[in-house]
Amino acid sequence: MLDRIRLLLKELGLPRTIIVSFLAVLVILAAIYDIPLPALMSDLLVRVGMNGIFVLAMLPAIVSGIGPNFGLPLGILGGLVGALLAIEWNLTGLTAIIVAILTGLPLAVLIGMAYGWLLNKVKGSEMMVSTYVGFSFVSLMNIGWTLLPFTSAAMRWPIGRGLRVTISLEDRYDQVLNKIFSINIGGFTIPTGLILVFLVLCLLVWLFMRSKTGIAMKAVGDSRQFAVASGLSVDTNRILGTVLSTALGAIGIVVFSQSFGFLQLYEAPMFMGFAAVASILIGGATVRKASISNVIIGAILLQGLLVIALPVANKIITVGGVAEIARIIVSNGIILYALAQVGGGD
Amino acid sequence: MQKDNFVLEMKGISKQYAGNRVLKNVSLQLKPGEIHAVLGENGAGKSTLMNILFGMSVIHSTGGYEGEILIDGQPIEVKSPYDAMNLGIGMVHQEFMLIPGFTITENIKVNREITKHNVVSRLFGSALKSLDMDAMNKDARKALDTVGMNIDEWVKVAGLPVGYMQFVEIAREIDKSNVKVLVFDEPTAVLTESEASTLLNAMKAIAESGIAILFITHRLDEVMTAADNITVLRDGELVRTLKKQDTNTFQLAELMVGREIQKLDRGEVNISNSDVALSVRGLRVLMPGEEVRKVDLDVYQGEILGIGGLGGQGKIGIANGIMGLYPAIGEVVIKGAKLALSDTRAAYHAGLAFVSEDRRGVGLLLDSSIELNIAFTAMQMKDKFLKKFGLFSQVDSSAIRQHALKMIKGLDIRCTGPTQLTRRLSGGNQQKVCIARALAIDPTILFVSEPTRGIDVGAKKLVMETLVKLNKELGMTIIMTSSELAELRSVCDRIVIICHGQVEGILSPDDSDVDYGLMMSGDYHKFRGKGAAQHA
Repeated sequence: MLDRIRLLLKELGLPRTIIVSFLAVLVILAAIYDIPLPALMSDLLVRVGMNGIFVLAMLPAIVSGIGPNFGLPLGILGGLVGALLAIEWNLTGLTAIIVAILTGLPLAVLIGMAYGWLLNKVKGSEMMVSTYVGFSFVSLMNIGWTLLPFTSAAMRWPIGRGLRVTISLEDRYDQVLNKIFSINIGGFTIPTGLILVFLVLCLLVWLFMRSKTGIAMKAVGDSRQFAVASGLSVDTNRILGTVLSTALGAIGIVVFSQSFGFLQLYEAPMFMGFAAVASILIGGATVRKASISNVIIGAILLQGLLVIALPVANKIITVGGVAEIARIIVSNGIILYALAQVGGGD
Repeated sequence: MQKDNFVLEMKGISKQYAGNRVLKNVSLQLKPGEIHAVLGENGAGKSTLMNILFGMSVIHSTGGYEGEILIDGQPIEVKSPYDAMNLGIGMVHQEFMLIPGFTITENIKVNREITKHNVVSRLFGSALKSLDMDAMNKDARKALDTVGMNIDEWVKVAGLPVGYMQFVEIAREIDKSNVKVLVFDEPTAVLTESEASTLLNAMKAIAESGIAILFITHRLDEVMTAADNITVLRDGELVRTLKKQDTNTFQLAELMVGREIQKLDRGEVNISNSDVALSVRGLRVLMPGEEVRKVDLDVYQGEILGIGGLGGQGKIGIANGIMGLYPAIGEVVIKGAKLALSDTRAAYHAGLAFVSEDRRGVGLLLDSSIELNIAFTAMQMKDKFLKKFGLFSQVDSSAIRQHALKMIKGLDIRCTGPTQLTRRLSGGNQQKVCIARALAIDPTILFVSEPTRGIDVGAKKLVMETLVKLNKELGMTIIMTSSELAELRSVCDRIVIICHGQVEGILSPDDSDVDYGLMMSGDYHKFRGKGAAQHA
């Protein structure tokens, strides 16, 4: 029995063991402080569904060898443009979401191709470069948001030029996916549609990873020399991984926004990549290896931590912002841990 | 009485790496002013012997060595290259250890600068003394003159021809006042012929000044020109120590490569009236360290062709170039059809397959299962092991599994099962996985590079038998590149020896050790004339 526990702990790894135990402590504390667990759980499901696609976007990037995609904002910005266009065309409901995704995707693919080309030029320092490419692109789009010729009054500042910082989706497609087939048991709500979208995308990526192209991409990530010797193009496969990651980022932001109820422009996408990187790493991925299970476990663990920590922290310390501080410490801490493991021997 | 005269003695030196004996009881003695050549193939133990003499950390981190080293009759222990330097052992490196932005003088004097006091240093201590450039230049000049180099000492090293860099390196070593023994590690490898002869003259001049020289090389003619005594190493064993007067190039060639050869039974082989399966003309491959300059070669249908030669001469580059792993130019024709070079995909489609010399780097996905490794290339290049759904495809897991099980049985791969990671396999079994992967694409011509490198004796035999079996049963043409001549001679029909990136000659496995030795060192045509090389 003791051996089995030891084996389990070894399989989980130190960081996951700590996080799972911390999560367990939080749940117990939540029970002690009489925080309604069903509400927490529904909250958790919503947040997993909202953020899961961003975490999933890390998978093709890691597997194709460019490492965790810190440049996820690039895809998010593509998706945002799609979402804005859906509003500009005055669409609502599921149609708006589908149009937002369909217009955001080609944009994200183009951005991904250029971004992948760039990453091929900087093999070995992708993480650093992608972080700053993400930052730069967010800043560039800050100018874009003020200059792009959108006309819809729902998005523009009442006076002056440019788009608002947050754009409400209340009359458009707020919570549309969440509400599809949603099930309510007591205080516990399952956002079935949202979770389904996430799981279907996971399934598609899983299927892709088992296709000829997916396996080639994985081999490129594992060993460039091996891939070349098997007649594969390293650069093409890396671009493919980058494009997939960027495209998932674009889908991710549309799904995220419909659940959140707002489109956030300007600085908001800046650090979205970091939380996603932290999630997949908490889920057990490394900067070189990742799987769908890492994505799902990681999304649940990180979001669980945040969802449960907030009310508990508010009960214990009544100073505001504690949960946000905890989120920053945890997500940056786990990124730091994972980066420290890079090159730590085979 | 005479014993006292030796400046350096190495007695009964043995060394093993992880149970693999690379040096067995090697002794050598060196008098002041003597040029002593250490001759041997790659892997004969020359470098290991020198690493021991220099106290390189690779020796100590792998369990040290056995035996004794004496300098001037005093037993010493060399724990680091720094110790070696203090004891008066100098080394002229194969790769130049010079600072490009410094002048020749500065390079020669680096960390041994001559300094003089100035106002500031008198106040604040000797760390702030200024350089005495005049004295330093004078010393540098003297050292440069000794090696016969008439270049100005204030020239920057960056941009000097390689030959000059070699001489600067030597000048730096002889400028060290305490140097007693100077080791030249294949100093002529990068030099032109005239530079090489200048170097040999410089070596003689240095020796006349009383410094003993250890000259590591595999070039027979240089040994005969420069050395006083010659120690021949082979497979980590001392074969013989000879005086130059008592020997000749032929004997040295024979001693260097000669070893017992056990031929594997291949049954009746007759390639004399076979078609040419692969024809190579003017092949040039830019593979760093193994550059192929101009290779012309015909490979016959159904033969096992060996490609041999010393390391760095280009034998490895041939297969890598034809398979498109390194940029190549020239003409390669397979069964009448011209092969596009620098295009791995085209090479696979032309029926070629390749088992790389770099098993762990190029040959395997170390963190993937045996079954995926075996199926991978065939899946990517020939669409095998796939289920097609229109544009979309899925791997056919059961086909991969069945194929892997068949190969595991057929090649006798020792593993816990087809899902075991290849990282966990032994070298020999990893090699078999590489071979299985190449076989999965049903090649007609198989390139195998260094098939037995780093695997134990029993596994070596199995790998060789596998190759023979493939050749015999499937009629596969096999082109095997190896540093181990004995291995080539045990299975090959013909053996091509590559020297300086070109075909030095083609030998039959039954040819004499002398011929092999001469060809490997590139001296064959000097002694046997042209024409004599055409055996096949």
